[in-house]
Amino acid sequence: MKADTDEALALLRQMLRIRRFEEACAALYGAGKIRGFLHLYIGQEAVAAGAMPALRADDSVLATYREHGHALARGVPMPVLMAEMFGRREGCSRGRGGSMHVFDAERRFFGGSAIVGGALPLAVGFALAERYNGSDRIVACFFGEGAVAEGVFHESMNLAALWKLPVLFLCENNLYAMGTALDRSESDTDLCEKARSYRVPAVSVDGMDVLAVREAIRSAAAQARSGAGPQFAELRTYRFRAHSMFDPELYRSKDEVAHWKERCPIAALERRLRAAAALDDARFEEIEQAVGREVAEAVAFAEAGTLEPVGDLTRDVYARAAGEAP
Amino acid sequence: MIATFRDALRDGLRDALRADPRVFLMGEDVGRYGGSYAVSKGLLDEFGEARIRDTPLSEAAFVGAGIGAALNGLRPIVEIMTVNFSLLALDQIVNNAATWRHMSGGQVNVPVVIRMSTGAGRQLAAQHSHSLEVWYAHVPGLRVVAPATLEDARGMLRAALADPDPVVIFEHAQLLNVQGELPQTPSQVDIDHAAVRRPGRDVSLITYAGSLPKCLEAAQVLEADGIEAEVLDLRTLRPLDVGAITASVSRTRRALVVDEGWKTCSLAAEVMAGIVERCFYDLDAPPARVCSAEVPLPYAKHLEDAALPQVPRIVSAVKELLGHA
Repeated sequence: MKADTDEALALLRQMLRIRRFEEACAALYGAGKIRGFLHLYIGQEAVAAGAMPALRADDSVLATYREHGHALARGVPMPVLMAEMFGRREGCSRGRGGSMHVFDAERRFFGGSAIVGGALPLAVGFALAERYNGSDRIVACFFGEGAVAEGVFHESMNLAALWKLPVLFLCENNLYAMGTALDRSESDTDLCEKARSYRVPAVSVDGMDVLAVREAIRSAAAQARSGAGPQFAELRTYRFRAHSMFDPELYRSKDEVAHWKERCPIAALERRLRAAAALDDARFEEIEQAVGREVAEAVAFAEAGTLEPVGDLTRDVYARAAGEAP
Repeated sequence: MIATFRDALRDGLRDALRADPRVFLMGEDVGRYGGSYAVSKGLLDEFGEARIRDTPLSEAAFVGAGIGAALNGLRPIVEIMTVNFSLLALDQIVNNAATWRHMSGGQVNVPVVIRMSTGAGRQLAAQHSHSLEVWYAHVPGLRVVAPATLEDARGMLRAALADPDPVVIFEHAQLLNVQGELPQTPSQVDIDHAAVRRPGRDVSLITYAGSLPKCLEAAQVLEADGIEAEVLDLRTLRPLDVGAITASVSRTRRALVVDEGWKTCSLAAEVMAGIVERCFYDLDAPPARVCSAEVPLPYAKHLEDAALPQVPRIVSAVKELLGHA
C-alpha cells in the first residue's frame, strides 16, 4: 500500500511538473520569449505520466509536436527542455528544433515529429531493429487520433502486425484534429476497431485517469515485450487549451471545455489521494513548491542560455562532410 | 569478367550483405520475385527472409521503417521500384530522413540507403518513366548518387552504406543490360567526386546515369568531325562536385549539360547556374543543355524517343556551341 501510494504521489508530481512547466511556457510565449508554434498538453498529462513508467530506459519513445509532457515524463531535464523552447544552444536540440522537435537520444526520446502520422513508420522501423537484433526492447509511439486519418497509420499498423513487431501504438484521442472533431472526419469513430482490423489487440482507456492509463499500458507493454506483437491503446483525453497559440477555438463550446475540466486528471488523482489519506494540504503544497522551484530554475537556465553562433548555421546537416572519410 | 550493370548491382548487394550483419534489404518483391528488375535475384536463398524482406505495397511505411531501423542501429537498404512510386514516400525521405540530424541538434544520424530505378526508354509511359532525381537533390541532409558505370553500380552501394547520412541511389533502368568488363575484386569508389569518363579540350559534356552512354557516343561522333569533347560523369548529384565541373569547363570553355530530367528547374539548371557563377569569364559561349521535353512521357516509341535526350540532339547542340551549326 505504501509503495502504491508513493507511486501515485510520483504520478501526481509528474503531472504537476508538466502542467506548471506548460503554464510557464504559455506565459513566456505571451512575453515573446518563446516563439513559433507552441502546442500545450494541458489536460492530457495523465497519458504521458501514466504510460511512461511502463517503459524501460533502453526502450524507445517517439511522439508528436505536442510532446513536452512526454519529454518530461521520460526524464528529459526541464532546464534543457526550456532552453530548447528559448532556442538556445543549451537546449536539448541545440535550438534547432524548438517546441515541436524535442530529442534526447541518451534517454531514447525521439520526440518531436510535426508531420501528423509521420513517426508511425519510424516506430515500426525502431521495433524492426529490436526484433532483428533479438532484443526484448519495445518502442512506444504516441500520436493523436487525427493521425488515424492518415494512410501511413494503416500502412504502419499492418506492417507492425504482419511482422509481429514490439510497438505500442498509443493513440491520444482528444477528440479534435486541430479543429476537426473525430465524428466529422472518420466514417467509423471506433478507433480500436481500426486496430483490430489489423489483428492488433486494442484497448480503450480513460485517459483522464492516470492510474487506469498506468495499468493498461503496463499490461500492453508486457504483451509487446513478450513477443505478442504490436498493441494499440486509445487514451480518451481532452486538451484544455487551444490547439496552439493561434486558435480562437470556434469549433467547440465553452460548456464542453468546462465539462472536461471537471475531469482534470491532476485534480482527480489529488481527490483520490486525499480520500485515501495519502495526501494533505501540507504535502500537496510541498510538491507544488518543489515543482515551482524546478520550473523557475529551468526558466533561469534558459534565460542564461547562449545563442548558437550564426557561423554554425549549417552544422549537423550531414554527419560527414563531402570529401571526409566516413 | 564480363558482366551487366544488373550483375554489378547484385554483386554490390551481395558484398554488402556478406560484409555487415546489420545490412538488410527490403522493398516490394525483392525476395521471392527476385526484384522487379531482377537485381536481387537469388539473394533470398543466400541470406534468408530476415535479411531479404518482401514488403506490402506501402512505400511510406517501409521507407519510414527503413529510416527508423537506421536510427536504431541497423544499415537498411530500402528498394523502391521506381522514382515515380517514391513520391508515396517523399514525406518520409524529406521530412524525416533529411531532417532528423539537424532537427535534433546532431544527436542522431540516419544511415539509410534508399535505392530506386529511374529513367525512361522502355515505353512505360507517364507513371513509370520520369527522372525526378532533382527533387531529392534539392534537399539538404540527403546525399544523392547515380551510378553510370559497372564499377559504380557495384561500389557505390558499399560507399553509401559506409556513409553516416541518408543516401538515395538512382539506378537508370536503361543501363541494367549494359555489358562491360567488371574487375573480380571490387575497387573502392567514393561518392563525393565526379569523374572524367573521356578527356577532351573543345567542350565539356556534363551528365550522369542513363545519359552517360549517350554522351560518350556523341563524343565519338564528334571526334569524327575533329571535335574533342570531354565527358564528365557527375556521379553524385548532391552535393555536386563543383570543383570538377569548374575545372573541366575552365579548360574547355564550353559546356553542354545533358540531363534526362525536364528542363525547367532541372539538375541541368543548377549545373549551368554554377558554371555561370564560377566560370563566366572563361566561357567562349553561353552554356547549353539537352533535357527531356516538357511532357509527361508518352507511350508510343517515336514520341518517347522524341521527348528524351538523344545522340543526334547532343551532337547538334555541341556543334551549335562551337559555331559549327
